[in-house]
Amino acid sequence: MSVLVVDDLRTSLQINGGEYHAVREISFSIEEGETLAVVGESGCGKSMLAMSIMRLLPSVASITAGRILLDSLPIEAVSETGMERVRGAKIGMVFQEPMTALNPVLTVGEQISEPLRDHLGLSRREARKAAIGLMEKVRIPSAASRYSSYPHEFSGGMRQRVVIALAIACHPRLLIADEPTTALDVTVQRQILDLLDVLRTEGKMGMLLITHNLGIVAGHADRVAVMYGGDLVESATVTDLFRNPAHPYSRALLASLPRVDRDLSELASIPGRVPTLVNMPDGCRFMDRCPHAMEKCNSMPPPADVGDANLHMVRCWLYVQGGEHAA
Amino acid sequence: MLLKVEGLRVSFSVRRGWPFPKTHELKAVDGVSFDVRQGEAFGIVGESGCGKSTVARAILRLVNLKEGRVVFNGIDISRLPVRQLRRLRPKLQMIFQDPAASLSPRMRIGDALAEAVRVHGIASGKAVDRLVRDALNEVGLAPESAERFPHEFSGGQKQRIGIARALVLSPSIIVADEPVSALDVSVQAQILNLMARLKAERNIAFVFISHDLGVVRHFCERTAVMYLGQVIETGQTREIFDAPSHPYTRLLRSVSPVPDPEKPALAEVQEGEPPSPLDPPSGCRFHPRCQFVTDVCRTKTPVLRPFGGGLVACHHAETLPPAEL
Repeated sequence: MSVLVVDDLRTSLQINGGEYHAVREISFSIEEGETLAVVGESGCGKSMLAMSIMRLLPSVASITAGRILLDSLPIEAVSETGMERVRGAKIGMVFQEPMTALNPVLTVGEQISEPLRDHLGLSRREARKAAIGLMEKVRIPSAASRYSSYPHEFSGGMRQRVVIALAIACHPRLLIADEPTTALDVTVQRQILDLLDVLRTEGKMGMLLITHNLGIVAGHADRVAVMYGGDLVESATVTDLFRNPAHPYSRALLASLPRVDRDLSELASIPGRVPTLVNMPDGCRFMDRCPHAMEKCNSMPPPADVGDANLHMVRCWLYVQGGEHAA
Repeated sequence: MLLKVEGLRVSFSVRRGWPFPKTHELKAVDGVSFDVRQGEAFGIVGESGCGKSTVARAILRLVNLKEGRVVFNGIDISRLPVRQLRRLRPKLQMIFQDPAASLSPRMRIGDALAEAVRVHGIASGKAVDRLVRDALNEVGLAPESAERFPHEFSGGQKQRIGIARALVLSPSIIVADEPVSALDVSVQAQILNLMARLKAERNIAFVFISHDLGVVRHFCERTAVMYLGQVIETGQTREIFDAPSHPYTRLLRSVSPVPDPEKPALAEVQEGEPPSPLDPPSGCRFHPRCQFVTDVCRTKTPVLRPFGGGLVACHHAETLPPAEL
């Protein structure tokens, strides 16, 4: 069963009287116990997508089309106060910078107890016990004595564990992890990602993993969605995407990665840069940087299937029936 | 040898404790030695707090050395009076992780680059403009960029400006502290290719500080791995990453994400984080996290000694099983 269904979502920003699309007609779903990674470079709309799902958009942004179903519940039908019961209870969130996600003047134990009392209605004593259990679950050493420590007494990795304990406290159906390890060292990064994998499987949660690091995607996701300029340009299983990337952007991205396990003669770089939201072309937003750009690219290509039936979708005219085929 | 670093030590004093704070000595760099040849890229990798950035700053005398020597072109610059050091500065340049923070927001790019040229008396009058234009051209920026302000550029372009500002003084070595860490992958590739071209065409040497093993493997011929202020392994980059000897290098290598889903992930990694450099463990500093630890590791500090093709600071280098990758 799908934990999350996003159907034709469009999120727009009002800038100086104009309307610009930060997320354009995106559709995907996440199954129970599955990790979908959303990859893309800065400005591709991946965080905007997460904010749309949680309905935490800034005031200039709004969802202008499409539907989001969380566990079959249409999110747009939920009132603002109703959303407060959804966030933290049905959706857990893990952010990049754990220090800014925690309250510096409350002990970590109090912070983990709060959602337990608010959402699950536990008493103070029960919540304390459950919070210590959660801290043990995310492998914070000597949890009981760390209950009354403040966030600044924790290292970066330990803080992120606290944030994860908070996120899973109410057994959410969906866990949104937005660059959860970008601020951490590689050894700690690996520990945190392994922990998230275990918790996701145990709790049968769906996970939306937002990252710019393709190495993390390869090791920790089931399926991948590649975003560029607010469009979902390609989605596939992890193996499929790394073996047969179809969209010119995905191909270029993979070719520009330096690798620790082998020598590369030269890195392929993508010329130019992502256009700003105000200057986005109407059609395919990658066309200015694409080596295969053609006349047709002035309008956005429809989704097309690639190869066999294992749901490899790409949005590029090269793959549309009747279009020219890729070399 | 272009640059020789010998027995470098740098300490900071920090006040810690409550209610009566005491001054503690934080040994950020504790006996680091390496050398860099002309036109070679030397990488320094390690996790945060291992002292890699302090090494970079110490080479340029941006922090005070407690002990050790930094010999550049045969001259010991670690004890050189500032006045004489200034004459050498054009030859030793630095680029930073956040180029925006090292550019004045109110100065046009052309003026910022020209200032460096004038201060060092490299050129005057019209010749300055030509040097600036050449440097901008070399890093792939339009000549009109000279008239613009830093905020008008993207992150990748700002890093190009940072490189241009180093280039305009025709340095023989550039110390680069995490120069591509803040950039997107596609832009990172552009900057790495640009630096590789400068290295090949202008024979500039690099000391390249990074936490990203992939980037270091791509750019650097030789590499040193640092842990808590010390170099624990050094040698040819390829050998270090293909057959790491020191248990810490093995750990770093095995947790560095490889963009290949068909590569089976290694068994679960050990929990644990680097201890504070304020109170480093006795003996081998890695021993509390090491799976091969024995009694000798807890008491005796291992020294860097030849092993394989490089140098390794581990008591058991000879007897460890081959690294699984």
